[in-house]
Amino acid sequence: MRNATKTYEAKTGPVRALDNFSVDVQEGELVCVLGPSGCGKTTLLWALSGLHALTRGEIVLDGTPIKGPRPQEIGMIFQDANLLPWRNLRQNIAFPFEIKRRRANADRIAQLLEETSLTGFERAYPRELSGGMQQRASIVRALAQDPAVLLMDEPFGQLDAFTRDEMNLLLLRLWSESRKTVVFVTHNISEAIFLADRVVVMTPRPGRLARIFEIELPRPRTVEMTFEPDFIALIQEIKQVVQSGGRHMVEVA
Amino acid sequence: MRSELRDEIPTFGEEAPTVDHGPIEWRGLTSIQMARSLLEVSAIIAVAAAVFFGLEAALSLSGTPSYVFPKPTAIVNTLFTEFGSIYASALWSTLQVLLIGFAIGASIGLVLAAVITQVPFVEKIVAPYVLILVTTPMIALVPFLTLEIGFSNEPRIIAVALASGPMVMINAATGFRRTDLAKIALARSYGASTLQIFRKIRFPLALPMIIVGFMVGSIFGLLTAVGAEMVSSQEGLGHEIVYFSTFPRTTPEEWAAILIVALLGISIYLIFYFIGKRWASWEA
Repeated sequence: MRNATKTYEAKTGPVRALDNFSVDVQEGELVCVLGPSGCGKTTLLWALSGLHALTRGEIVLDGTPIKGPRPQEIGMIFQDANLLPWRNLRQNIAFPFEIKRRRANADRIAQLLEETSLTGFERAYPRELSGGMQQRASIVRALAQDPAVLLMDEPFGQLDAFTRDEMNLLLLRLWSESRKTVVFVTHNISEAIFLADRVVVMTPRPGRLARIFEIELPRPRTVEMTFEPDFIALIQEIKQVVQSGGRHMVEVA
Repeated sequence: MRSELRDEIPTFGEEAPTVDHGPIEWRGLTSIQMARSLLEVSAIIAVAAAVFFGLEAALSLSGTPSYVFPKPTAIVNTLFTEFGSIYASALWSTLQVLLIGFAIGASIGLVLAAVITQVPFVEKIVAPYVLILVTTPMIALVPFLTLEIGFSNEPRIIAVALASGPMVMINAATGFRRTDLAKIALARSYGASTLQIFRKIRFPLALPMIIVGFMVGSIFGLLTAVGAEMVSSQEGLGHEIVYFSTFPRTTPEEWAAILIVALLGISIYLIFYFIGKRWASWEA
């Protein structure tokens, strides 16, 4: 994903979910999009994935404008894992291969299951798995396709704090190995800082860019870093930007 | 068909996907608690035996004559001794009408449900007529159909199809109306075609309700088949019930036929119950 530029206003019904929102994401970068509920984060992600068309503006991925789903390049991870309840774990992971009418890459899937500690649960149905396991399975489902870009829509929002920390560490580990471009949408400030190279803060109604924070924390990151004074100061600062709706911050950014 | 994802604000997550179960909640039929343990099974058998022999004893002690109410042992005895001579052909005749009528009605109902739910406008237009078909006993049409077509299986097959089809349709339509936006988006993000989305998302999502529709539809079909035989037919279990009930007497033969109808109904229920358990158990 090289110099993808998106400038658009999305108009979903009378609601203006996104308003002249522009951002560049570099290849291999992990960007978190942060904002309160209803600020158009999901709309942004669905536009990026090609599921929703923009009213105006455009999204360019690798030099080609996004006009519809790009299953070869983009993988999506949804809220609540979004596994199909009538399929077991193995069948859920095979689902994208079936859609694309391709043979499932058994070695890669086995390796991913190993990395996500899901080996041995291939025959389990989603309802038999914990929330964390379900979301790990959905990550395996997306990564098995080996997309260049991973779009994640509040994937860990429904998980408890401990599982969330675990999942964040897992995500960073997988990301550092594969260096995929990741756009991660969240409403959790410390999660955003913990994961991201850059945090893109949005304002609600209509969704506008408030400010972009460069996160200079060294990698690999550890949970301990989230207790450092710098980290907490950054949380405070971002919180102020979100609360002020980015109004007087626009000039600063 | 792309528009299904285009112009809606994606607001899933907090609230469960909206599921409209239609006017009637049939799903209770599949959620009747079935016996699991040996104790429960033995208790059920014990109660059945108590009813059977209790009735037998009560009828013997009160000296009730057989033409008022035959003893259970006499009914079961008649069922076994006369099965080959009377009931086998009657059962086969009823089953034929039921199976052919249900197959026709259910296929049409299923296809209509799948098509109609994709076009809400058509669905609204068709709904009142389906409701009329559901609420009117189709047995009412049998004398007319017999007049038009003559004494054969066809009037009864048509009545069964008309009784079961709409039942399958309203339940299947409820199933197809479940649109889980996130799951459709998932398939779409992997480049799924409309047909793939139907086959791999919409259909499995609707399957539990389709099975309920089959269950309700086939039981309505049985009611209609037997009723139609009572109205105008020279064969079938319904005919035997009428034939052996010569006013003012009842007979063990009549009750044996009733028993077979009851067992047939329960078998149909159990068949779909286990189909549901096998193919739709993901929805607890």
